[in-house]
Amino acid sequence: MQFWVIQTLNSLALGGLLFLLSSGFSLIFGMMRIANLTHGALFMLGAYIGVSFMKIWPNLAVAVLVAGVSVAIIGGLIERLILRRLGGNAQGQVLATLGLSFITADLCLVAWGGDPIPVPTPEALRAPMLIAGMAFPTYRLVVVAIAIVVGIALYWMMERTRLGAMIRAGVDDMNMARAVGIPVSKLFTSVFCIGAALAGAGGMIGGPILSAYPGLDAEMLPLALIVVILGGVGSLVGAFVGSFIVGFVYTYGIALAPDFAYVILFLPMVFVIAFRPRGLFGRLTV
Amino acid sequence: MIRIAVLLLALALFPLVAGEYYINLASQIMIAALFAASLNLLVGYGGMTSLGHATYLGLSAYVSAWTFLKLGVGHASAAAIALFATTATACVFGWLALRASGLSFLMITLALSQVLWGLGYRWVNVTNGDNGLSGLTRPAPFGINLDDSSAYYYFALSVVSAALWVVARFVDSPFGASLRGTRDQPRRMSALGFDVWRIRWLTFVFSAFLAAVAGLLYVYYHKYMHPSALAISSSAEVLLGVIAGGSGTLVGPVIGAALVLLLKNYASAYIERWNTLMGVVFVLIVMFMPDGLVPGIRRLWAKLRPELK
Repeated sequence: MQFWVIQTLNSLALGGLLFLLSSGFSLIFGMMRIANLTHGALFMLGAYIGVSFMKIWPNLAVAVLVAGVSVAIIGGLIERLILRRLGGNAQGQVLATLGLSFITADLCLVAWGGDPIPVPTPEALRAPMLIAGMAFPTYRLVVVAIAIVVGIALYWMMERTRLGAMIRAGVDDMNMARAVGIPVSKLFTSVFCIGAALAGAGGMIGGPILSAYPGLDAEMLPLALIVVILGGVGSLVGAFVGSFIVGFVYTYGIALAPDFAYVILFLPMVFVIAFRPRGLFGRLTV
Repeated sequence: MIRIAVLLLALALFPLVAGEYYINLASQIMIAALFAASLNLLVGYGGMTSLGHATYLGLSAYVSAWTFLKLGVGHASAAAIALFATTATACVFGWLALRASGLSFLMITLALSQVLWGLGYRWVNVTNGDNGLSGLTRPAPFGINLDDSSAYYYFALSVVSAALWVVARFVDSPFGASLRGTRDQPRRMSALGFDVWRIRWLTFVFSAFLAAVAGLLYVYYHKYMHPSALAISSSAEVLLGVIAGGSGTLVGPVIGAALVLLLKNYASAYIERWNTLMGVVFVLIVMFMPDGLVPGIRRLWAKLRPELK
C-alpha cells in the first residue's frame, strides 16, 4: 500500500513540475508559434541559479522567486535580441532556440560542474505527513498544491484579465489583433518572460526532488514536448491534463518496468497522435 | 560530368598522398556527408525539418551490432536485418510524425528520437547501456580486409558515392519534382491530384533508409556503439550540417557536414566546449546566413561575375 501511495505522490509531484514547465512552453507556442527548445535548459538554469542563491540566503521560497525572475530576464533577452530578428521564420527560430539550449547547458556545466547539486528540503516540510497511518512526503504535496495554484492563476489571467484577453486575441488572429491596436510586439515579450519565469521557478521548485544536475534539461524537454503533444499546443487545460498523465505514466513506468519507461511513456502520445493529432484539448493545427 | 570524374579521381588518389590520420578523417567525413544528404531529402527538398534523424543512423548501427554479437550471424545478414528493421521503424515513425506538419512534425520527431535514446541507455540487456557495445569487427567484402584505413576509405568512398548518385537521381526524378512541389505549394499539388501525404511519407522512409546505410558505415568504422549516437545532439549536428551547407542543394549538405566534422575535430583539440561552439554556430547561421553557405556563395558569385568580365 505504501508503495502505491508513494508512487502516486511522486507521479503527482512530477506532473506538477511538468505543468510549470509545459504551460509556459505551450503558452509561447500558442501565442508566438515558437517551439522553444531552450525551455528544458531554462528549467535547469533556474535550478542552478536557485541553488547558488541558497548558499547566500538558505530560503527556498526566495530562491524560487530569484530563479524565476532571473530566468525571465534571460528569456526576455533571448526574445528581444535573437528571436525577434527571426520573426516569421519559424524554422530559424526553432533552430536558434536549439542552439541556445546547447549553449546554456554547456555553460551550466562550466559554471556548476558535472556533479549533481542537491537542494535541501525546507525544514518545515521535511517531516512526512501522517494520514490514516500512512506517511505522505509533505514537500511533494506542496509541489502539487503550487502547480494547482499556478494553474488556476494562469487560467484566471487568460480568461479574466485584459492581458489574457489580448493574448487570446493574439493566439486566435494575430493580424486582426494588431489591427485593433493590441501591442502584439510587447505581448510577445511578456508571454516569453512569463513562460521562462515558470520554467525557471519550476526548476527550483523541483530542486528538492530532482536536484540540479547536468542533463536535467535533456531529461525534462522531451517530457514537456510529450505533454504538449498530448494536451494540444496552446491549451492550458491540455498542458494541465497532459502533465499529470505523463507524470503518472513515467513514474509508474520507471517503478514497474525501468528498462522500458521511455517506451511506455510514448504509448499515450502515439495513441493521441494516431487518433487526435491536434491533442486532447488542442484547437490549433500548426 | 567532367567535374565529377575529376573529383572522384582526386578522392581515389587521396590515400596515396595523405597520412593515416587524414584518411580516417576523410572516411568519417564521407559517412557524415551521406547522413546529411539523407536528412537533406526531408529538410531541403521536402520542407520537413526533422530533429530526430540520428534515430535511423543509430538504430541501424545498433541492430547490426546486436545481431552480429548476440545472434552470431554474418555481416551481410546483419546489415540486411539492420536496414530492414530501420526502414520498418521509419514506416511507423514517419506515419506518426506526418500526422502533423511544420513545428509539430519537428516536435514529434524529436520526441520519438528520445524514446530510442532512452532505450539505448536503459535497455541494458540489449544495448549494454552506457558501456556501449564493443567487440565488433569490420566486414570483409570479397575477402578484402577493411581494418586497413585505406581499404576502409575505398569501401566508404564506393558506398557513399553510389548512395549520393542515387540521391541525385531521386531529386532529379519526376518524384523528386513532385516532392519539391509539395514543399512549395502543398495545396496546389493536392488540387492537381498528387497525394501529398504519400509523397512525404515515402520520402521520409527513403531518407531513413539512406541514414541506415550511413549507420552501417558508422558502426563498421568505429567498431563500437554508444547511446550518444542516438542523442539529440547527434540529430542537431547533422541538421546543422544540412542548414550550414545549404538545404535543398545537392552539394550544400555534403560540404556542411564536412565543415561541422572538421570544426568538431579541430575545436575539440583545443577547447572542451564543443556544444557551446555548435550552439553559437547554429545561432549565427540562422541569423546571418539562413540559406547556408553554398547558396550564399553562389549568390555572391552571381553578383561578382558580371563585374569580373
